[in-house]
Amino acid sequence: MLTLKVNGTEQQVDVPEDMPLLWVLRDVIGLTGTKFGCGIAQCGACTVHVDGVPARSCVMASRDAAGKGVTTIEAVDTTKVGKRLKAAWLELQVPQCGYCQSGQIMAAAALLAARPNPSDRDIDAAMSGNICRCGTYQRIRAAIKRVAQPQAHAREGG
Amino acid sequence: MGHVPAPDDHASAHALTRRGFLAAGAAAGGGLLLSFGLPRLTRRADAAGSAAAGEFAPNAFLRVGRDGRVALIVDKCEVGQGVYTSFPMLIAEELEVGLDQVTVEPAPPDDKVYADPILHFQCTGNSTSVRGGWDRLRHAGAVGRVMLIDAAVQTWQVDPATCRAEHGEVIHEPTGRRLGYGALADKAATLPVPQNVPLKDRKDFKLIGTSPLRLDLPGKVDGSAQFGIDVKLPGLKIATVAHCPVIGGKLAHVDASRAQQIKGVYRVVPLDTAVAVVADHMWSAMQGVAALDIEWDEGPHPNLAMRDIVRQLDDASQRTGVVAHSDGDAAKAMAGAAKRIDAIYQDPFLAHAPMEPVNCTVHVRPDLCEIWVASQVQGRAHQTGVDITGLPPEKVILHNYISGGAFGRRLDTDFIGEALMIAKQVDVPVKVVWTREEDIQHDLYRPYYYDRISAGLDAQGRPVAWSHRIVGSSVMARFAPSALGKDGLDPDAIECAAPPVYDLPNLHVEYVRQEPPTGITTAFWRGVGPTHNVFVVESFIDELVAAAKQDPVAYRRALLDESPRALAVLDLAAEKAGWGQPLPAGRGRGVALVYVFDSYLAEIADVAVSPEGEVRVERVVCAVDCGAIVHPDTVKAQIEGGILFGLTAALFDEITIENGRVQQGNFNDYRTLRMDEAPFVDVYLVDSTEAPGGIGETGTVGAAPALANAIFAATGKRIRALPVWRNRPRPA
Repeated sequence: MLTLKVNGTEQQVDVPEDMPLLWVLRDVIGLTGTKFGCGIAQCGACTVHVDGVPARSCVMASRDAAGKGVTTIEAVDTTKVGKRLKAAWLELQVPQCGYCQSGQIMAAAALLAARPNPSDRDIDAAMSGNICRCGTYQRIRAAIKRVAQPQAHAREGG
Repeated sequence: MGHVPAPDDHASAHALTRRGFLAAGAAAGGGLLLSFGLPRLTRRADAAGSAAAGEFAPNAFLRVGRDGRVALIVDKCEVGQGVYTSFPMLIAEELEVGLDQVTVEPAPPDDKVYADPILHFQCTGNSTSVRGGWDRLRHAGAVGRVMLIDAAVQTWQVDPATCRAEHGEVIHEPTGRRLGYGALADKAATLPVPQNVPLKDRKDFKLIGTSPLRLDLPGKVDGSAQFGIDVKLPGLKIATVAHCPVIGGKLAHVDASRAQQIKGVYRVVPLDTAVAVVADHMWSAMQGVAALDIEWDEGPHPNLAMRDIVRQLDDASQRTGVVAHSDGDAAKAMAGAAKRIDAIYQDPFLAHAPMEPVNCTVHVRPDLCEIWVASQVQGRAHQTGVDITGLPPEKVILHNYISGGAFGRRLDTDFIGEALMIAKQVDVPVKVVWTREEDIQHDLYRPYYYDRISAGLDAQGRPVAWSHRIVGSSVMARFAPSALGKDGLDPDAIECAAPPVYDLPNLHVEYVRQEPPTGITTAFWRGVGPTHNVFVVESFIDELVAAAKQDPVAYRRALLDESPRALAVLDLAAEKAGWGQPLPAGRGRGVALVYVFDSYLAEIADVAVSPEGEVRVERVVCAVDCGAIVHPDTVKAQIEGGILFGLTAALFDEITIENGRVQQGNFNDYRTLRMDEAPFVDVYLVDSTEAPGGIGETGTVGAAPALANAIFAATGKRIRALPVWRNRPRPA
């Protein structure tokens, strides 16, 4: 039995310790906002935050998430950055099919938490792990820039 | 364990259930999107007369309830192209309701009632949605409006000319009296449905031509949107499948004893060419598959390799084909030409690889079958359920979902049939999810095309003859054999080649049907026939340009006397791209002109090619004339995305076979352009009052040739076979 803390709520789950967090979230807890795209950490659709750090839940064993704070797309707007990202995503009508967008938003939220005013290169580096087959990248970039804070400085060591 | 209640728990109270969902999901400021259909357990929703008591439903596209709620029924699959917004806009415009007053429901399966006017059955594809829906849906909305006004006129006993409809109400101008559509529903339902109703003038459009927030976007941004893969049901099991890895092979024997020891594995289900493991969750299902001891019968060609397939195509390319177009005498004109160019062009097998891998959920009970799936062919999906279960049609319920990308994959029902076969073996609902490897290796592929093309030029470099032989699989022969022409001519295989957009004299086009070895099934891929034909035509035209030592835009202009709209987009793209400005060494600019799906598009790509031959697309400028536009931002988005989709495939992608096995398997070896490689796509829309043209696939069609022509401009090297990375210009 594992105890996971997901979006602020403790969940006791009876799953094998090596079961990837993705399947615990989707098939056991029932949070389907985090998506399955590849299973080998190539596409980013499964991106969640573990203690604020973006993680590929499709290759993260649940035992490695135990005792940590897991945040999924369903709770991304509990932060100000998350709220503003969601608003920007809607203002710019970013998604097409939408399947990759949970992972995109989670990656973008982590980027902006570490670098409130990312450059294009910062955006490239942080977001190139997230594939979009529909080709919404230029809108994702524009939405991130809309949320960026030009006056802010990057966190020390961020 | 969380789940959403099945929407059909109480069939007789479906109105109540619907209201409950409305309350639960209404998005602030926008219409509510229901991501799954409400099944009719006792009847199929169809034309007027099937509405529940107190509902006004003059046609299959709208219902108004006594409570004033307006349901708009969309018969297409939302694959990201925005149809769950554009279709409601078309109806709402004429019905005189706001998008904030409507709920959107997926239509039930019905190939007759919901036949696409262009495709003639219920199908989302070939960029027909807005083209086919433009008149039909506005008419449906206008009928509703006219009848609701008439109901008010009869209620008030006033002159019809004094009443008008606005935002869900009928207003009597002289007195200011108003009646909401809900209050009029009962009366309107008693009136005869008129056939001819006036439609608005374009100048009076309030909604069409604007870009309101797409109704499906809030759910796609907060994680609540339910794709087929997200279905949750009481007692649901998850299954995954291992298909025979050798093309054409089948299952010989499976020993499931180790798999059955794994905690969470529920059942192992052998099929003809695959084995499924049904389990408590996807992880146990995958562990179960890994623990199977499977012996495959490798079938008729276990050593199949690409060279065998290409050799068959090359042999076929030397046969005469079915004539698709013949003007003048191409052979004679070619013989008399000052210069002659011959080429062989090749387009590879391509996978669809939508972000949402193939999946389908099925529950088979003795007297009822339910299917939960995103399908581009709802009627066929439903029929698959009928065929496999043997149940009568009204006992098979299809719940259609939004699709996490399709690109043509969900035009086929192979995976639905497979899920039904698995579900028949168990007593519980089962969600069958393919891994990405299975999704890519057991996809139905865009065919490999092998074309021979020749042109003759006069002394001034103008074309005097053009002969094009297209060789490859006929997708239409499997998908819709009634669409084949005389002598088996596949209209899709020759589309945009017979004839091309240009005025070409002595034009001769043939098609030779050559199917790949058994075990490879071909299918429609975004842009369908035009995607491979326009790569060939637009690249080859550029070869004529080079032979004539002329400018690619000017040369094309001279061949477009009959096509002012094509000229206009070519000129607009050239202007916006700065065509003609010199570029630094290692950079090149290429153009492609497309006339497809009743739309005109010109794409100009800028590339940088490194000394090692690495190609980077820096920017694409695109001018589009797609006639009247419903939602301009969606058109831009579809072009932006469609171009990237075409570029990705042209740069990187192919499905290859060695030792009878597909060599690609996941996004590490079937690549997609990533954020740091993707060019900015700059889209310019031409204002037009022409009838709407298709746009979902149009950007994709021009991408590969714009790229290849840009690479030629940068390097002097012509690419005649895709993908670029395998055939890239290497340093001399």
